[in-house]
This record gives sequence, C-alpha cells and structure tokens, in this order.
Amino acid sequence: MTILEFTGVVAIVSFVAGLLGSLTGLGGGVVLVPLLTIFFHVDIRYAIGASLVSVIATSSGAAAAYVKEGFSNIRIGTFLEIATTFGALLGAFLATRIPTSALAVIFGAMLLYSAFLSRKPRTEAQRNLPPDPLATRLRLNGSFPDLESPRSYNVQRVPAGFSLMFGAGALSGLLGIGSGAVKVLAMDQAMRVPFKVSTTTSNFMIGVTAAASAGVYLSRGYVDPGLAMPVMLGVLGGSLLGSRILVKAETRSLRLVFSLVILVLGLQMLYNGFWGKI
Amino acid sequence: MPAAQALARQPHPFKPQPWRDRRLEIILGNLLRTGVLLSAAVVLAGACVYLYRHAHERADYRVFLGEPSEFRTIPGVIRSVMNGRGRGLIQLGLLFLIATPIARVAFSIVGFAIERDRMYVAFTLIVLAILLYSLLGSGIGL
Repeated sequence: MTILEFTGVVAIVSFVAGLLGSLTGLGGGVVLVPLLTIFFHVDIRYAIGASLVSVIATSSGAAAAYVKEGFSNIRIGTFLEIATTFGALLGAFLATRIPTSALAVIFGAMLLYSAFLSRKPRTEAQRNLPPDPLATRLRLNGSFPDLESPRSYNVQRVPAGFSLMFGAGALSGLLGIGSGAVKVLAMDQAMRVPFKVSTTTSNFMIGVTAAASAGVYLSRGYVDPGLAMPVMLGVLGGSLLGSRILVKAETRSLRLVFSLVILVLGLQMLYNGFWGKI
Repeated sequence: MPAAQALARQPHPFKPQPWRDRRLEIILGNLLRTGVLLSAAVVLAGACVYLYRHAHERADYRVFLGEPSEFRTIPGVIRSVMNGRGRGLIQLGLLFLIATPIARVAFSIVGFAIERDRMYVAFTLIVLAILLYSLLGSGIGL
C-alpha cells in the first residue's frame, strides 16, 4: 500500500473509532489497536502510540461540546482524576513486576460480565436516590440536560467509585488500554451517575490520563507522525460527529453500543492475555 | 415499608441545584476546542508537506524501529520544524494535542479559584502535580 492509500484508509477507520469512542466514553483506542495490528500489520508499539494520540483527540474534541452543554460533571471528573493519575503512576511502576497476561485475562472476564450488566436500564427508584452525605460535601451532585428537561442526580457510593478509579488508572498504566471502560462502569454502576453523565465525564477524564503517559511513549519513539496523522485527524472528525449524536440519543441505544464495544474489548483482552500479546 | 424505600419513592428529595459551574464549563469548553483546532491545523499543514513528498512510497509499519530522536523530544521536534520537515510539523501538532488536556487542568485551577472553591483548587493542584511529575520524568526534554 502506498503512503497516500494507507493515510486515507487509516483516516476512515479512525473516524469510526472516534465516533464510537466519543459515544461510549472509551476513547478510540479500543477499536483502533486491534484494527491497526490485525488488518494493517502495524507493530503493536506503533499502534499503542497511535491509540494514545486517538484517546487525547477523542477526549478533547468531544469534551469541548460535552462540557459546554453541561453533560460532563467537571467536579466528579476532577475529584476522580486524583485517583486515576495516582493509579496510573502505580501501574507504570508495577508494569515490569507483575504478569500482565494474567491481569489481561481477569480484566477481560470482568468486562464480559460488565457488558451484560451495563445493558440494564436504571429503575425509577434507582434514579431518585436521596443525597449521600459524602457526595454532598464533595459537591459532586449535579444536573444535566436530559432529552425532555434538565434532570438532577445524587451521586452514591463515593469510596467505591474512587477505589475503582484508582484501579482504572493502574490498569491504564499496566495494560495501556481499557481504562475508559472501568471509568464508565465505576460511575454508572457503583456511583449511580446517569449514563450520559458517566460516559461524557469519562470522556472528559481519559484525555488527562492519556496525556500523562503520552510523554513516555513519545520519548520511547512509539508515536510515528506518518501513522498518528491520519489517526488524529480521523478520530477528531469522528468525535465531533459523535458528540452531536450523543446529545439527542436515547440512553437505551447508548447503553447497547457501550455494552457491545466493551464485549469486543473483553474478548480482545482475553485473546491478548491467553496468547501473551500484552 | 423500610425507610430507604420510602425515601426513594419521594419525587425528588432535593432541589435542583443552580448551574453553578456554568461559566467555568464554557471557558474550559472553549479552551479544549481551541487546543484541538490548533493542533489539527498544524497536523494538517504537516500532512500536506509529508504527503506531497512521500505519497507514493510504500507504507510499512510491520517492524518497530522506534522514531529518530528528532521526533522523540521537544527540542528535536522544534529543530525538525525549523528544517522544514512535514513530519516535524505533524509531531509539533501532536505536542499541542498532548498539551491541551494539561492546559485544561491548569485553567480549572484558575476557574475554581475564581469560584472561591478551595477544596477543588486543592484537588486540581494534586492532579496537575502528578501530571507534570510524569511528564518531567518521561524524557521528552521538558
């Protein structure tokens, strides 16, 4: 394939990755890494470098819209970023000390279960929970523009969410990908944050986690300009479209897309773990 | 009926909060958009130069060679832009992209300070410190 053809095809694939990434709060890497390595025969290290670029592009591109329109909760995001960034430091420290293959298998299995769990919509009673004292003190409760009218929500189980976020950060340091999934699940399942707020706040956060490790990968020579260029431009376009769709989308369909994508991510993790690719 | 259930059945046991962070949200949203558009413009400019010169060569990423030092550090990237290299420009755009979320965190500190929210100024400072710590240790020549 010539460079011109390669650039065009990768840009189109990245557009789809950015679209899915911004709709699910997972970033583009979930789709991009397997596609680049399997279909384009890109070395995994170049693919990880490109994936990191795609995560920052999806996050910043879509977050601009999500933050302005009041979906992302910047307080939840900021508070939980403490956990994810500390976790990422720990993960990077542990990366050479623990068997990441075994970890990938466990994480993969966890994701398959979560794919099933995250399909279930919240009941009316689960939506109207009384405020939690800790969440109130941390000023995490908020509201967002739901389809008909603004809806308020009360954040629950802050310590559980914070711990999961720490795990999400550690995973991103250890495995390179997949931390967005834990972020969405921690907010959605543990903290009972409305789904759209969970995915958009995750989207807001993943850019920071990725930027923290981007320096390391750049200095190790993982970020190739010829590959990262179509990835960045394609993903950015996709994420801008995704952020327009999410605003008007039914939560039910977003949950469906999310659970399908993490199903794929889970299978990918199992495969990588069993075949020692990670 | 258990107390928790009784509470859950009440319509909304709290008043909707006023949209306190509205201004901060708009500032951060605009900052993110500017950062992303700036980096996209630089990457696009680099792409034009790169494709003009190399469009018909073969694309091959099968073997990991690692990037040359001019694409791995900030001083290297700047030198390569000075030499008029397309890929140097792309890499510069990517550096702007990486800087965007970091600038967002830094601006949040100012925003929370304006709102006199000391707790969140402290939270954001912690995040920024960890971010800078990992970037300084990364060897990109910051």
